[in-house]
Amino acid sequence: MTANIRKLLVQVDETRIEMGQAIDPPTRRAVAIAVIENPYAGRYSENLDELIAIGEELGALLGQKCVAALGIAPGAAQSYGKAAIVGEAGELEHAAAILHPKLGAPLRVAVENGAALVPSSKKRGTLGTAIDVPLGHKDAAFVRSHFDAVEARVSDAPRANEIVVAVAVTDSGRPLPRIGGLKVSEIKGEDGLR
Amino acid sequence: MIEIRRVFTHVEHIHHEFGPRAATPLVRGAIGAVLANPFAGRYEPDILPMMALLDPVGVDMAHRLLAAMDVGTEQIATYGKGAIVGAAGELEHGALWHVPGGYAMRELLGWKGDRNAYRKGEAEEKTGQPANALSIVPSTKKVGPPGAALDVPLTNINASYVRGQFDAIEVRVPGAPAADEIVFILAMSTGYRIHARVGGLLAENISKWDGLR
Repeated sequence: MTANIRKLLVQVDETRIEMGQAIDPPTRRAVAIAVIENPYAGRYSENLDELIAIGEELGALLGQKCVAALGIAPGAAQSYGKAAIVGEAGELEHAAAILHPKLGAPLRVAVENGAALVPSSKKRGTLGTAIDVPLGHKDAAFVRSHFDAVEARVSDAPRANEIVVAVAVTDSGRPLPRIGGLKVSEIKGEDGLR
Repeated sequence: MIEIRRVFTHVEHIHHEFGPRAATPLVRGAIGAVLANPFAGRYEPDILPMMALLDPVGVDMAHRLLAAMDVGTEQIATYGKGAIVGAAGELEHGALWHVPGGYAMRELLGWKGDRNAYRKGEAEEKTGQPANALSIVPSTKKVGPPGAALDVPLTNINASYVRGQFDAIEVRVPGAPAADEIVFILAMSTGYRIHARVGGLLAENISKWDGLR
């Protein structure tokens, strides 16, 4: 199954100054978004294999788009996240089929490694619905400076029979982290958590 | 006076809109720079000094947008611009963008006219030569809250009447503008709406080279 992609969007959000403080180098978050046809729209299907395969395809495509938009080597990626918005003729489980079984492995190839879980969010929505894609450090989920989220939204999607799929990748944490917790320099990188 | 806080780039490839899949996708892009508004919270009669200072901001944004779109300069067929002013500012602050925003793109795309003449409100000389960004750059602007969306119009760079390329792209920067900020926006695309079929002037039939037809 190849995804029927109607639109592909890539955004980069670069913060240079936050609360009057210069951020050098700037923090940068990329989001790549695919608007796809939902092959199961309007009906109940026990089997969701087509969406699982689409998830695998999009994990690679969207991950690579983010890394390219940031202009970094794959290994320089620091945090990631994923999300999906299902149109009204679909069900929440359709988003789960894309996001959870097979999207992660090719995304981890695109960012090199990635021992930590890929944080996710999903919802049903309509044209212009915004979703906050959670972000966590790719090698250690407890790195507090990298807990973040980035908004994904497509003005004309999802139509009822569509799904909006978003993958986010950063080369940085929040602009001014100062609430303690595990630091990047303290990552052991063994269990994906610390 | 110029303090750039954030830069947001957005590029989209449109493959179809429920019709035949296009051999080449339409590429549309926008860039929004979030600047501190030096006039926020008061009435400042003389805001013109900021206009010239925005020139290099516009040039840098135009180049960044083209790079993000990853297409050749010659593939750019339409452009547009806009501004979203935060709640402590006024619409007139957004109007500062008309000259530096528009001419940054026009010069990038090969325009050879006189930017200073335009700034002074004088008519520009049309060169009569094709493909040098002769058209006015269409624009919108508003005062809005963080995350406000602006529909930025797009029209052909050489002839405003190319009907199949009348378009608009929605641009918003999540979290901006704060009350004391302005989002300045540039947008460009590679051309025709993906299923354009309502007739009118085609880009290949531009003949007057007057910026209109």
